[in-house]
Parts: sequence; C-alpha cells; structure tokens
Amino acid sequence: MPSLNRATAGAYALIGAIILLLAGGFAWAAGWIGPGRINGGDVTAALEYNTGKKQPGYRRAHAKGLCFSGSFMADGAGSGLSVASVFKAGRYPVIGRFSLAGGNPLAGDGRNVFHSMALILRAPDGQEWRLAMDHTPIFPVADVASFIALQRATKPDPKTGKPDPAVMKPFLEAHPEVKAFQAFMMQAVLPNSFANATYYSINAFRFTDAGGTTRLVRWQFEPEAPLAGLDKKRLDQLPRDYLFQEMIARTAQAPSRWHLKLVVANPGDVTDKAAVAWTGPHRTIDAGTLTIDAVQSEETGACRDLNFDPTILPPGITPSDDPLLAGRSKAYSSSFTRRAQEGPNPSAVGQDLARENAR
Amino acid sequence: MIRHSQDFHPALRAIHWLMAAMVLTMLFIGVGMVSTVGPAYLTLLGLHRPLGIAILVLVLIRLPLRLATGAPALPEDLSLAEKRIAWASHLLLYLTLFALPLIGWGMLSAGGYPVRVTNGFTLPPILPHDLGIYAFLRTAHTIVAVLFFALILTHLAAALMHGLIRRDGVLRSMTIGHRPVAVSGPPEELETPGDDIVEEPANLPA
Repeated sequence: MPSLNRATAGAYALIGAIILLLAGGFAWAAGWIGPGRINGGDVTAALEYNTGKKQPGYRRAHAKGLCFSGSFMADGAGSGLSVASVFKAGRYPVIGRFSLAGGNPLAGDGRNVFHSMALILRAPDGQEWRLAMDHTPIFPVADVASFIALQRATKPDPKTGKPDPAVMKPFLEAHPEVKAFQAFMMQAVLPNSFANATYYSINAFRFTDAGGTTRLVRWQFEPEAPLAGLDKKRLDQLPRDYLFQEMIARTAQAPSRWHLKLVVANPGDVTDKAAVAWTGPHRTIDAGTLTIDAVQSEETGACRDLNFDPTILPPGITPSDDPLLAGRSKAYSSSFTRRAQEGPNPSAVGQDLARENAR
Repeated sequence: MIRHSQDFHPALRAIHWLMAAMVLTMLFIGVGMVSTVGPAYLTLLGLHRPLGIAILVLVLIRLPLRLATGAPALPEDLSLAEKRIAWASHLLLYLTLFALPLIGWGMLSAGGYPVRVTNGFTLPPILPHDLGIYAFLRTAHTIVAVLFFALILTHLAAALMHGLIRRDGVLRSMTIGHRPVAVSGPPEELETPGDDIVEEPANLPA
C-alpha cells in the first residue's frame, strides 16, 4: 500500500466525493431525499382513504367492472385528423370494460357516480389504442394534487354516507373549479344503463394527420340507445348490481352501438384542463361505430388483467399538455402493480354468476 | 482470455464509455420517472424504453468483442482474492447489462402492455400475459436496478483507486491506453513523428 501522504489523502477524498455525489444525485432523482413530490403511491393511498379501506387485488378506482368485446367499424373519416391505423376504413377488434367510479368492488350501483367505459382498439399492424372514458364531459379537478385533495375531502362519513361538510367546505373554497362539475352532476341525467351513456375522453389529445398538421381533439362515444335516467331520489332502492345485470341482459338480446365523434378544439378552447368544458359549435367528425356484442365477468373476460392507460396511443395521437394525463398514467400503473402483487379477487358480477350456478 | 496488450481493445474502450454514459442516464431516468406523477413521467418513460433496448443491442455487440479481444492482465501485486473479486464483479456487470433490459421487456409482456420502443416501433412480447409473472418481474426490475447502481459505484471507486492511488495502469487500460513502448508496441510506431504528438498527452499522469 502507498503511504498516506497528502497527495494520496487528496485522492481518497476525491474518490469519496465522486461516489457520494453520484449516490446523492441518485437518491435525489429517486425522490428519496430533497423536496417531496407526488408519486403514484400517493394517489392510490388517497383513493384507498376515500374507499375507507384497502381492497386488495382490485383497481384502486373504478373497482367494480364488467368485461366486454366487440368491434370498431371505422368509416375512414378519422384519417382526416390522425394517421392512426384504426381510423382507416375497416373493422377492428375491441375489448373493454364497463365500470363505476369508486374503490369498492362490491358497492351498490345506486350511487351518483361516473359510468365509465375503457377500450383497447387494435389494428392488424400492431398499433394499439387504449381509452379510459367517463360519462361526464368534464372532470372535477384539473391536476393531480387537487385530485388527491378531492379524494380526501369527499370521503363519505360512515354515519351519514356523505362527505363531512367541515372538510368539504374549505376544499371547495380552495378549488372553485369543482363547481362546474358539481353543477353538471346536479342537472345531468344519470344514465339508467351503461348502453345509453355518452363516454367522453376527459382530456384533450393531439391528433396529427398525414400532412403533419397537429390539432387538439377531445372525443366522445355517443350511444344509439336513447338516454333515460335513473330516479336519483330512489337510488338506494336499486339492487346492488342493477346496472351490470341490465347490461348483461341487454347484450344477450342485441348488441349496443356508439358513434365515435372526434371534436376539434376551437381557438381559445382550454386544452390542458379537463375541468373546463368546450362550449359552442365545434368541428365534429364521426369516425365510426363501436359495437359491443358480448359481455363477460372479470373472471372470464380479458379486461381484468389489463391497464387501460389512456397514454398508450397509436402513432398519430399523442398526449396534450393536460397534467392529468401523466398523473392518470402513473397512478393507473401504480394501482396495476399493486393489484398484480396482491392477486385477483372475485368481482361482483362473478359473485352473482356463482350464486346463480349454485342454484 | 488474456490480452497481450496492456490495454483493452480501442473499440471495447469506446463502447464501454458509451454504455457507461447510457447506463448511468438510464438508472437516473428509471428511478426518476417512477418517483413522480408529473409531466416528466411521460417524457422519461418515452426515453426509458428506447435507451434500454439500445443498451441491450450494445451489450450484444460488446460481449463477443470482449471475448474475442480479451482483457489485459491485472497487476502482479494484486492478491488472488482481489483478482477473483475483480473477475466476479465484471461478470455481474455483464450479466446485469443483459438482465435489466430483458426483465423490463419481459415485465411489459407479462403485464399485457404493448412493448412500444419508439413511435411506430413495437417489440413482440417475450412472455405470456400473466400478472403473477408481471408482479415478480416488476419488483425484480427495481431491486436489480438499485443493486446494479451500487455495483457500478463500487466498480467506479475501484477504477479510481487504481488510477489515482495505486497508479498501476488498470484505469489507463480502459481510458487513454498506455504509451506504446518497444516492449509492447511495434517499434515503427515510435518512429512516426505524428504518433509522438498524438501520444503526448499519455505521458501525463492519469
């Protein structure tokens, strides 16, 4: 060993400093040290808090679901906005999932919450488009921190079944953007079926056409079935799985159809905040028809073990600057990994089927 | 294989430093992207996959090159244990260079995700869609990555000890190389005046 003269001591110090700097930088990049940042686990924790307890093996949000399959018949008009293969005229296979908002997989259907539809569209060339949509054209909040605050503020009080006003009031004062959503939910018809709801993209996305022109687009799937609403005063009288059983019975009779309407932003439309509606006339393109002709329980269908991450997009569609999109992607991923580690548990529809079979 | 030169093959040195930069970047991107729900998540994820596949391609080129060109002998005064630790650590480094991208690719396959590398370039799945496998590989991806970073820091500290304290030529064998002398290099190289100028910086201490 060389003797520990000044030069050697300096060299040791230099080596130590380089290693410490790298290790420290790594810890900072990982968020282990330094200012706190919101991670996926913070979102799943807020959802679990709202649900009241952890529901192992289920999605942390939209836990109650039903798988379906069908096809998307593109009419070719969507190609005017995006080069994505699924807009070229033709029929493409679809799988997806209906769900209700909330983290309780066995909750009753009689709640004034989102009906949701998630889809995966696949083109023969391998392109894949995942969509996760709600029946509301706007979202209550515009960013992830507000979403976490919303989950904490709206936790139902076990005594009343409603959020604690003492928590809700300061939240609403700090988040005036939620008023638009509350107003919508107050006046909107609560669809009495998954089949007659319109499902909205929630966020805006960038669509790029063959000429390289990029436009900001929101979209919606508009049902062919006429809209009829649930009686909001008697929601608590509905059977637990009313909406799911209705969809199973309906699909046994006939397929359900929706038209994909691509809505192009007008100048001045807010494209990075899902809490703000686009109002007035818009250029709208009917890109094709979605047909759902089969439903399956989560135990037997293909939807349960998939993450409907809305940022899994084909070439020709990219995320907008809406911060909710990265938040949704990361939070869905955290939820997906958690339930994968926990292993699956029975779905409400699966329980119903098992009960019927036992008779 | 023991290499007769005192230095690693120049192509191997180039690919080493290229991969060193890529792997360090990759590890920082990896822990950074999973730490946030902010817009950086999507940006970093967009870099993570092409960079990971590029590292896999590069190590597929590098390993045969390393096996074909060999490594220079370690200094005589290193103990047998030290030489064995050096050999094992290099084996682990190579193994991980293969394992981490493959775990990532396999994890996405088992999770039912499209393995989209870049816009319009998607890899086929290498494992069946199975959430049990996904959960295992997702955990392994993090653990192996953090251990890999620790191994890289150890590797770097050892290299710097060789270069700054022992000054035994080990660090130089992977960096600027040794000054060609009559014993190890062909004599005509020394007679080329241009080479003298090029080799001049090599006279400085590493």
